[in-house]
Amino acid sequence: MNQTIVSYLSKYEFYKTLLDLFGGNESLLAFVIYLIAALVVILVCATIGGFGTYAERKISADLQARMGPNRVGPYGLLQVLADGIKMITKEDIMPFAADKFLFYLAPLLALVGVFATLAVVPWSSGFALTDLNVGVFYLIAISSLVGLGIFLGGYASNSKWSMLGGMRGASQIISYEIPVTLSVLAIVLMAGGMSFGTIVGQQKGLPFNWYLFHNPFTFIGFFVYFTGALAETNRAPFDLPEAESELVSGYHTEYTGMRFGFFALAEYIEIFVVCGVAAALFLGGSNLPININIDILPLQFVEIIIFITKTLLLYYVVIWIRWTLPRLRVDQLMSICWKYLTPIAIFNLVGCAIWMVAFNGRSLADLIIGH
Amino acid sequence: MTPASFDGLMPIVILMAIAVALFLGGHFLSVYLSPKKPSHLKSTPYECGEEPVGTAWSMFNIRFYVVGLIFIIFDVESVLMFPVAAIFKEMNEMGEGGYVLIVFLSFVSILLEGIAYCWKKGDLDWVKSYQISANKGKK
Repeated sequence: MNQTIVSYLSKYEFYKTLLDLFGGNESLLAFVIYLIAALVVILVCATIGGFGTYAERKISADLQARMGPNRVGPYGLLQVLADGIKMITKEDIMPFAADKFLFYLAPLLALVGVFATLAVVPWSSGFALTDLNVGVFYLIAISSLVGLGIFLGGYASNSKWSMLGGMRGASQIISYEIPVTLSVLAIVLMAGGMSFGTIVGQQKGLPFNWYLFHNPFTFIGFFVYFTGALAETNRAPFDLPEAESELVSGYHTEYTGMRFGFFALAEYIEIFVVCGVAAALFLGGSNLPININIDILPLQFVEIIIFITKTLLLYYVVIWIRWTLPRLRVDQLMSICWKYLTPIAIFNLVGCAIWMVAFNGRSLADLIIGH
Repeated sequence: MTPASFDGLMPIVILMAIAVALFLGGHFLSVYLSPKKPSHLKSTPYECGEEPVGTAWSMFNIRFYVVGLIFIIFDVESVLMFPVAAIFKEMNEMGEGGYVLIVFLSFVSILLEGIAYCWKKGDLDWVKSYQISANKGKK
């Protein structure tokens, strides 16, 4: 059975008290715990996603020597709230020629895809909603729903700009899935399992135990993954699906109000998830920098803080890249994916496999420091 | 499988249900709060302020479909590699590393052959492929 938040909590005394409270019905208790945990996770992620928009504007303002939002609340912090209210109170317009059902469905698909990925995010060694034994695989599979949502949104609008944006989005997301999958595959190959618990558990201790520094191939693999992930989340310099200077607004040109808001929310949460996965696979995830073998509840919260810190640092890098690099052309986009990233990712994969056999799975630091 | 072993999948269903609830909630809230003054001009697809010409559902550049085809091949191949990768470490510790490595490399070489073929045919280029096929015709 998979390690879940319930099976983690069942180690503690208060779980038994709770179980008595529910009359010994384990499934019902599990449901309640999952529901509360899922709501907390979504609340945290929606807050991070919401403040992602704020951070984006503040950081871009900082990089361009401007002030950024500073009218609503102290330092403009309530801007997020103001945006939310504005989105709800905007008139809902649908193009008369649109495919109505798909037009409604598209933002929902994007939202469902992103929320479903949150189930396997490894917040700490005990606190992951569920640590599926096919965790990484599940994450790659279910996050494709976002691409489907983007494509359907572009198609259903029946507007030329949306159609172009949706087509570009679909081709870009599916293309960059290949290097991302292959980089993840290299990590799976070294960790010997697809669950996040296994992968994070192998990177305990100081930074040289992280998979980023395990061998030269994983070091390159991290950058391949990160570039591919940027493209999969449609972030600049890969934001061709919504290139505002050529496609008006891409796949969400015809979306107004709340439905546009859901697309934006899905995008910002997806960036957070992608950064979290990068932190878990390559940067040691939620591991403490020292090896201690005590398992107490407060330690879990320290681990959560470590994981979120790493993730937010990567989040900052994502925003930083957006406001630094110019957008690619569509032919450059495809050649970067298929002619550079994919061969490099295959090379990394083969390199990792050979390294595993040649050095019996030991890391570079382990080899240098000695026996 | 006992019912308890499905409990690990519960959060996924719960998260998806919350997503649907959030979507419907936001939708009805906006229906309740937002103004409704529809007009024909508002509901025309945006086309730079001009009257839209024709439908957007027309013929589209074939490049996108070729990318889709290449993707399917590579995606299926990488999916097939996942189980091998997952047991690679275990097999290596059992001393079967060399054997698994050979099997793995031969499978990856099929993948490489595929990408080399696509590259040679010019399907990895966005625009140049027509020139390549035109040159081939001349020879």
